[in-house]
This record gives sequence, structure tokens and C-alpha cells, in this order.
Amino acid sequence: MQSTRRDFLTTAATAAGAAAASDLSVHAQDHEHTHEHSHQAVPSDLALRVKSLESLLVEKGLVDRAALDALIDTYEHKVGPRNGARVVARAWVDPVYKQRLLSDSDKAIGDLGFGGQQGEHMVVVENTPAVHNMVVCTLCSCYPWPVLGLPPVWYKSAPYRSRSVIDPRGVLREFGLELPDDVEVRVWDSTAELRYLVLPERPVGTESLTEDELAALITRDSMIGVGKVPPPREGGAK
Amino acid sequence: MNGIHDMGGMQDMGPVHEEKNEPVFHHPWEGRVFAITRSMSAWRKWNLDALRHQRELIPPSEYLRMSYYEIWLAGLLELSVNFGLVTRAEIESGQPAAGPAKRTPALTADKVTALVAHGSPASRDVPVTPRFQAGQHVRARNINPVGHTRLPRYARGKLGTVERDHGVFVFPDTDAHFLGEKPQHVYSVRFQARELWGEAAKPLDTVYIAMWDDYLEPA
Repeated sequence: MQSTRRDFLTTAATAAGAAAASDLSVHAQDHEHTHEHSHQAVPSDLALRVKSLESLLVEKGLVDRAALDALIDTYEHKVGPRNGARVVARAWVDPVYKQRLLSDSDKAIGDLGFGGQQGEHMVVVENTPAVHNMVVCTLCSCYPWPVLGLPPVWYKSAPYRSRSVIDPRGVLREFGLELPDDVEVRVWDSTAELRYLVLPERPVGTESLTEDELAALITRDSMIGVGKVPPPREGGAK
Repeated sequence: MNGIHDMGGMQDMGPVHEEKNEPVFHHPWEGRVFAITRSMSAWRKWNLDALRHQRELIPPSEYLRMSYYEIWLAGLLELSVNFGLVTRAEIESGQPAAGPAKRTPALTADKVTALVAHGSPASRDVPVTPRFQAGQHVRARNINPVGHTRLPRYARGKLGTVERDHGVFVFPDTDAHFLGEKPQHVYSVRFQARELWGEAAKPLDTVYIAMWDDYLEPA
């Protein structure tokens, strides 16, 4: 094991890891100041290494460059939180669909055309006035790709992964959400291949909105459970 | 393995910082690492559990310093070498060694849509008797395996209640080490926050953890 680790460091990590200012540790000290720089702190050496690796793998016939492009295009442009918003909006306007969504989540989500990689086994959890659900993966970065896309950096970060289970209310406060003590905060740790989607509460004042208009209100954060869906008057639509 | 990846309950990691209008990938190389990893996994030399475990083997000081896709890259390179898809010399030089003929990629562009749409279910359609029922009180076992596990440290030894049986799934502790899938039931188990963290936690708050049969014992 030890020699494996050492090799692996010299092969892959040392140059990048040693030079890169980490999001995690830097944020812990002074995240406001450093945040614009943190993602540019990765040395260009890493970009060159990846380019070289890709060329090697293409030359060996191990990867297909067109497949790489297609995968990136899929998650940059086709799969994302707008999918989840369609699911939630449908559940808000169709009580029968909502029941199916909660009891047979894979099927109900599949009926809207979503599913697959990293969403093979979906569990939808409903927020109510008494229960607020939020989702984390303390062990890595598990996240329901087909309905929310790839996870944001904060979801994968050490602060969120470590604190969500022991201090969920403190984490929610950092997202601007303060919940009274008589609301149960229910944290779902994604330790298995189950992937969780929060069904947020429908805001008041949206009775006259169409399904499309509702979908436009629904935020990614509300479907992770670190926010609520803002009512339209507060400028939630975007 | 009691590694740095098992972060639940640590308190010294600082605030959560949300980036407004965050892009899917912050640099082109991140997207390439993401896509190369998916493509290389299509050779089926390893499984998702093994891939996760490989990332967990990164030494803690490096793990915390590395960005997310650096961790992906490191895990990918290690597995690719270990399973003979590339050599370290090839990675260093960027040139294929002379000899083997060029292969046909396992994941070609025409297969991407199906891969994304169908994924790789971890459930198994085999008859396995569940050891626990919804409503049953259970204790998460106090185990400290040196290999891969998805039983987080903060839950070990704690009392909970089975809420729901999700059916039969591959068991990561064996699968990650190519010791078989050992399919067994997975449950949502409810833990009171006070059981996990003591009296400072709010009385109503809970944590739901997905647990395999082998992680639980009757309580």
C-alpha cells in the first residue's frame, strides 16, 4: 500500500497538489477574499498533463475523443437542475403524480424522460411545514445526476460534507435559511447507491402559475434541501 | 478504512461557500478528466466501489489539498496502471510503448447516450432474505475495516430504526476489493441527532443513513 501511494503521488498528484492552493483549506481561512482566485490556482502543468494523458489514451485506442466530447456536452448542456425542476413542478400540479413520485420515484421520474447514470435508484423526500430534508454525501460526492446534473463544488467540499450531519442548522444558516426548533431537520447521507431529490414546498402566492412558470421558480438548492423555493414576488423566477 | 474521506462530524473545515452561477466545469481539463474517467471505466476492469476506494487511498494531507477533479485524475491513473491499460512510463512520456496494436475504445461516441440514459444499476434481482424489517430497532455495528466501507464512522455503535427496505444491492465492502458482490438488502435507517451527537443536538433532528445488512445488528 505504501509504495502504491508513493508511486501514485509521483505519477499524478504531486506537481498539481503541491502547487495548487486548495479550495478547502483556503476557504476555511478567508473564503471571501480568495474565492475568485481559487480555481485559477491550479497550475497549467495539470492542464498539460491531462492533455498529454488524453492524447496517449486516444493513440492507444483506449478512449474515443468524440465520446469525451459527447459526455462533456451532455453534462454541460443537457442534464442539469432544470430536469429536477420539471419533476417538482409536475408534482406540485398533479397530486396523483406526486404520490407516484414519492412511492415509485424511478418510474415517476422516468415518465418525464429522466433517469440513468447516478440516478438509477431515486428516493424523493418531501418537505412539509414539520420536516425539512437536506441531502449530503459525507463519504464522497454522490448526487442525483439525471435530475440535478453534476454537483457544485460546495456540495463536494469538506465543509459541507463534514458539517451537514453534525450541524445542519448551522450549514443552512450559511445558505440563509433559519429553521425553528419545532421543524425536524432530516439529513440524508448518501452512503449507498440511493440518490435523493428533495421535493420542496410550493411557495404561497403561486396558485395561478402554470407548470412551466412553477418550474422556472424552482432552484437547485431547494432540491438539495439547502434552500426554499422563493415566492415569485421575491424575484425567484429566472 | 478510517480515512480522511469519512468526514461526517468533523468541525474544523470552515464555512460552506456557494459560488454564484457556478459553471459545470471550471476548466476544460476538469471536463476531460470527468469524461476520460467515464470512458476508461467502460473497460470494466474495475467497478465504482473500487474507483471510490482508490480515491480514498490518497494520503490525507494530499486529499485535502487536491481539488475534486485532481482526486479523480489520481484515482484514474492509479487504476489504469494497476490494471495494465497504461504504464507509468507511457504516462510520463505521453507516448504509447511500441508493440500492442491500437484498440477500439470500449466507449465510443455512439454509446454515450445509452450509457447516460441507463447507467449501471447496483441493485440485484436475486432472492435474499432481509435480516431486518421496517420499524425494527437496530445498532450500526462497530467495525473498523482497513479496506473500503460505506459505513461512516459517526454512525458506528449508534442505535437507529429501520424506516424502509430498498431491496437488494451490491455490497461495496467486498465489491471494491473484487471479492464478489455479496448482494444484500439496503435500508434507510433513522438516527436521532442526539443519539449521534449528544444533548447539544436539537431533539427533533434526525440523520437517515443507507445501511446494508452487514452493517447492522439487532438492538
